[in-house]
Amino acid sequence: MAKVKKYLVLALVIFVAVITFLPFLWMVSASFMPTGASNTYPPKLFPEKFDFSHYQVLFSRLNLTRYLLNSIIISLGATFFSLFLNSMGGYAFAKFRFSKKESLFKFLLSSMIIPGQVTMLPVFLLLKNMGLINTYWAIIVPGMASIFGIFLIRQYAFSIPDSMIEAAKMDGATELQIYLKVILPLCKPILVTLGLFTFMGTWNDFLWPLIVMTDSNMYTLPVALANLSSEHVQDTEMLMAGSVITIVPVLIVFLALQKYYIKGIMMGSVKE
Amino acid sequence: MINKTKLSAVALFLGPSLLIIALFFFMPVIAAFAMSFTDFDIYALGNLDYLRFVAFKNYSTLLSDPLFWTAIKNTFYFVMVGGPLSVAASLAAAVLLNSKFIRFKGVFRLIYFLPVVTTHVAVAIVWRYIYHPRFGLLNYLLGFIGLGPVDWLGDPNWSMPAIILLVVWKNFGYNMVIFIAGLQNIPEELYEAASIEGASAWQQFKHITIPQLAPTTLFISVITMIGYFQLFAEPYVMTQGGPLNSTLSIVLYMYQEGFRWWNIGYSTALAFMLTIIILIGTSIQFKLQKERNG
Repeated sequence: MAKVKKYLVLALVIFVAVITFLPFLWMVSASFMPTGASNTYPPKLFPEKFDFSHYQVLFSRLNLTRYLLNSIIISLGATFFSLFLNSMGGYAFAKFRFSKKESLFKFLLSSMIIPGQVTMLPVFLLLKNMGLINTYWAIIVPGMASIFGIFLIRQYAFSIPDSMIEAAKMDGATELQIYLKVILPLCKPILVTLGLFTFMGTWNDFLWPLIVMTDSNMYTLPVALANLSSEHVQDTEMLMAGSVITIVPVLIVFLALQKYYIKGIMMGSVKE
Repeated sequence: MINKTKLSAVALFLGPSLLIIALFFFMPVIAAFAMSFTDFDIYALGNLDYLRFVAFKNYSTLLSDPLFWTAIKNTFYFVMVGGPLSVAASLAAAVLLNSKFIRFKGVFRLIYFLPVVTTHVAVAIVWRYIYHPRFGLLNYLLGFIGLGPVDWLGDPNWSMPAIILLVVWKNFGYNMVIFIAGLQNIPEELYEAASIEGASAWQQFKHITIPQLAPTTLFISVITMIGYFQLFAEPYVMTQGGPLNSTLSIVLYMYQEGFRWWNIGYSTALAFMLTIIILIGTSIQFKLQKERNG
């Protein structure tokens, strides 16, 4: 009986894994099939011979190098600035002593329930007035600080013993020196987590880049891909190649640092 | 006597992040609220002299706009069916992976998690072909058990289920990770005591697992609901809101009104309707949970 149960559970686990993985497998296979070969019945799970031409066309004729570069610059830029600003804010909320600190933080947290879409039009108009539409800054600047980021750092910074900060103060370190030499190195794990969230969130984001990047030279990969998919509906294999290129960089980053990502989810789900 | 941090240090450390949040979140929220009472449109965009205060006109127009009600209906369909399905799938996957029979748990967890981190747009494009009525993988597989073929994205009755299926597939891994941690916090003794008394696996699940996970489930339900109310990328890429507006979501409608037609006043009114709906939804969930806990 126990044995039957064991195999049943195992079969289920593998079944779910196959279902989860199948779309990825098909995407990669189709991207290597010659044009038209993926539109057959029955569907083929593996290419009969490998055809790299879709990747070549994407990079040579369809400007994908530029979009890839845009995505990399924007995601790295957003990650860099958000790490600095959020870690300073989060550290201050965890360790500084000033009046109204707790109520200010509670106010910030409770405002997270307002969906970001509310701010889209005013932020768009603001950026337009600042002349930032169709620049990398249009995505980087609004994402430089986030309530969630401050929250994440604050939770972690609580665990830093006050005595370490006091000791540095005794040695005559200024607040800025303490932050740079004591706090940042100790916060490394949570900085990796937040950096990962910011990088992947920026990379995968669609709605905001769609709004602020109207010049096709400034598209990020998801916007370019969506655009491509409405212009080349019939080119299944090429669209799959484009999807692969869009997904692979985030997957690599995630696979390398997945431990930090899971930890971040856990921290985000712990309520006070 | 506790030493207060110098005000200059507080300003230096909190200033930059709070400035950004104020400038790009709080002020825009207020501005959007103000705009929702104006007829801000493409003419006002060119010259602010055309801007007029219209009081509640945008809101009253919304209430008599059939497309608004279609978007509300579709979004509720998505949230009410897709949300619980998502949470149930996550819980089932978590219980499955938590089983003592399974080895290589890390590998399976990783596979289950992969869809979570992949780009919405890419996944939506891939699934558009998986849903292809003639050549798609899904109809092919359904053929083995004698079902279909279904015109997933072309039939207004199937388009929303298709989007729900895709979103459940994409998201179940996220909440699964939180559920697994919740499961591991349940004391083993509870199950031991129950099996000594002869409780079946299902009874244990119902009377131990579910109640013990209640706080986790509440948290997951709330964040899932808030996220699902903001459905956008999938219908944008897969169906453009069609066929026959069957997948037009609130945010997609808001995007079209605001950024395609530049009906800015109207679009911000839509955004506030969405906010109100999310606030009501969240408080209902907290209330339900309270009642259940007596």
